[in-house]
Amino acid sequence: MAGTLAEKVWADHVVRRGENGEPDLLYIDLQLLHEVTSPQAFDGLRQEGRTPRRIDQTIATEDHNTPTIDIDKPIADITSRTQIEILRRNAEEFGVRIHSLGDKDQGIVHVVGPQLGLTMPGITVVCGDSHTSTHGAFGALAFGIGTSEVEHVLATQTLPLAPFKTMAVTVTGSLKPGVTAKDIILAVIAKIGTGGGAGYVLEYRGEAIRELSMEGRMTICNMSIEAGARAGMIAPDETTFEYVKGRPHAPQGEDWDEAVAYWKTLRTDDDATFDAEVVIDADQLEPFVTWGTNPGQGLPLSAAVPAPEDFVDQTDRSAAERALEYMDLVPGTPLKDIKVDTVFMGSCTNGRIEDLRAFASVLEGRTKHPDVRVLVVPGSARVRLQAEQEGLDKVFLDFGAEWRQAGCSMCLGMNPDQLAPGERAASTSNRNFEGRQGKGGRTHLVSPVVAAATAVRGTLSSPSDLLTNA
Amino acid sequence: MEAFTTHTGIGVPLRRSNVDTDQIIPAVYLKRVTKTGFDDGLFNAWRTNDPEFVLNQPAYAKGSVLVAGPDFGTGSSREHAVWALRDYGFKAVLSTRFAEIFRGNAGKQGLVAGILSQDDIEQLWKILEENPGTEVTVDLENRQVHAGDATFRFEIDDYTRWRLMEGLDDIALTLRHEEDISAFEAKRPSWMPKTLPVRTADTQV
Repeated sequence: MAGTLAEKVWADHVVRRGENGEPDLLYIDLQLLHEVTSPQAFDGLRQEGRTPRRIDQTIATEDHNTPTIDIDKPIADITSRTQIEILRRNAEEFGVRIHSLGDKDQGIVHVVGPQLGLTMPGITVVCGDSHTSTHGAFGALAFGIGTSEVEHVLATQTLPLAPFKTMAVTVTGSLKPGVTAKDIILAVIAKIGTGGGAGYVLEYRGEAIRELSMEGRMTICNMSIEAGARAGMIAPDETTFEYVKGRPHAPQGEDWDEAVAYWKTLRTDDDATFDAEVVIDADQLEPFVTWGTNPGQGLPLSAAVPAPEDFVDQTDRSAAERALEYMDLVPGTPLKDIKVDTVFMGSCTNGRIEDLRAFASVLEGRTKHPDVRVLVVPGSARVRLQAEQEGLDKVFLDFGAEWRQAGCSMCLGMNPDQLAPGERAASTSNRNFEGRQGKGGRTHLVSPVVAAATAVRGTLSSPSDLLTNA
Repeated sequence: MEAFTTHTGIGVPLRRSNVDTDQIIPAVYLKRVTKTGFDDGLFNAWRTNDPEFVLNQPAYAKGSVLVAGPDFGTGSSREHAVWALRDYGFKAVLSTRFAEIFRGNAGKQGLVAGILSQDDIEQLWKILEENPGTEVTVDLENRQVHAGDATFRFEIDDYTRWRLMEGLDDIALTLRHEEDISAFEAKRPSWMPKTLPVRTADTQV
């Protein structure tokens, strides 16, 4: 029977079909752990005298709570330090592989998995973190889970799951220079809304998606959750195989050939049907930026701050009112006139080497706006090392940016990197919720190149603005 | 999870409706790293600020069957709300209506969430208030509550009742299909991702 990519991966992981309304039991190939959502799961195992079923399909890193400076010193915040220490103890007690602060393979879970070659096409990946959808860029079925489910997967390597619906997100045409994967996903979320993907696994397809690098595809799948989707996927192709090949845990030799032969079957059949479809024209896309307090409140950078009256729907209108108040924005103000205090470059959305290269390419030979603080945080320690090998760190430091150690950093206000109340940031991260980057902080979500141009001009800007003003 | 057939313990009348999870356990307790030890967070604001609060009265302090008003457990999905009730010593909560997520979480942690009519809840409150310290028996097998001379019927769905009586948490239930899991694992290709032995870019040949 014809099937979509998501349905094929699902079918290949059913351990047991549910009977009488019971959910299917699905096999989980890989579980990623971090310090915040795993302690209770391990405690639960201990309580019941259970042990992890497959420590060889489990890996832990430290990312959410970790500082990005002075990482050789004890973590100042006691709660954070405790969570890190407990993760380390649990990893030791149960024999789980861990990459701690200071280790070359430490970093944000969703950067580390792909980097090690553990994330492969057609596998199932879970993590107690909603941005697990990132791994869907490889054609994996990957989603965030709660703490009880983390425990469930540790104990059984399976999860009982109700089936998803499928939605095709077709991106036709080609991106113009200066327009990136981040702009595609911000445009998708603005189009379907933060609840538009609820109940669906999104499959991103079309020419513009095929033309993206793996980094770009990860950026898109990463933010599927911001559209309310359970997961996002992209069918694997030569770009995917090229990225996976030769990585530490990638299949080798004959295994590689066998794996690729299987991976090539992982595409939606021509006669398969989706439950829903949306189409975006990449040719028409411009750099996108959010003006409000949810990722769906975004507009092309050339637009102006909207007025609540612009929204027909009453819920949207009152949401806009609240957002404008929190963001301290006046309707009609050109988005490009909005001044920022901080530029944050990093996160599981845009913290990979290609993102840093794109950011550096705009900064190079230019001067930082004096009123802007610029924080550059690599997604993993390896990304940091590679960036230094390529001399990107020099570009950042010469520009006047801070070059930090790897972690989630300012994406989520759980570690020392936070906005002060009232501060405004252009951020390459994924959530512009009230207080997300620090209590009272204001966030505009942008792509790495928009972040860079903004760091130069001090107001939300695209790289093309630098050329016209040069 | 312990199997639950019947439980007898002191009944606690909680004459409040819409007891949300923030009231059951405030957010500040969510920073904990364990799944146990949440008893001090339970109804923290009420226990701290209201000397008359039912659990501050010695006759009810060791209660294990909570009899609450409608819409118990609304609000956030925090599993900590169930953990706090369980850690305090509660084995059952009786109400006319539960929030869906709370009821699901309760079933996962061995806490009986039994549904009674408002009339029956009122009668139970009366019995428990007239004779503080009265023991209540929750008979899951027969779906009955006994207090004093009175007997009431409560509702709980068949699947949850069965899981609770068998002492099966979701994990135990899944482990019943351990053979299926092993059979599935035996058929997986050898090249599927393995985190062990550790390979990194430094150890690669």
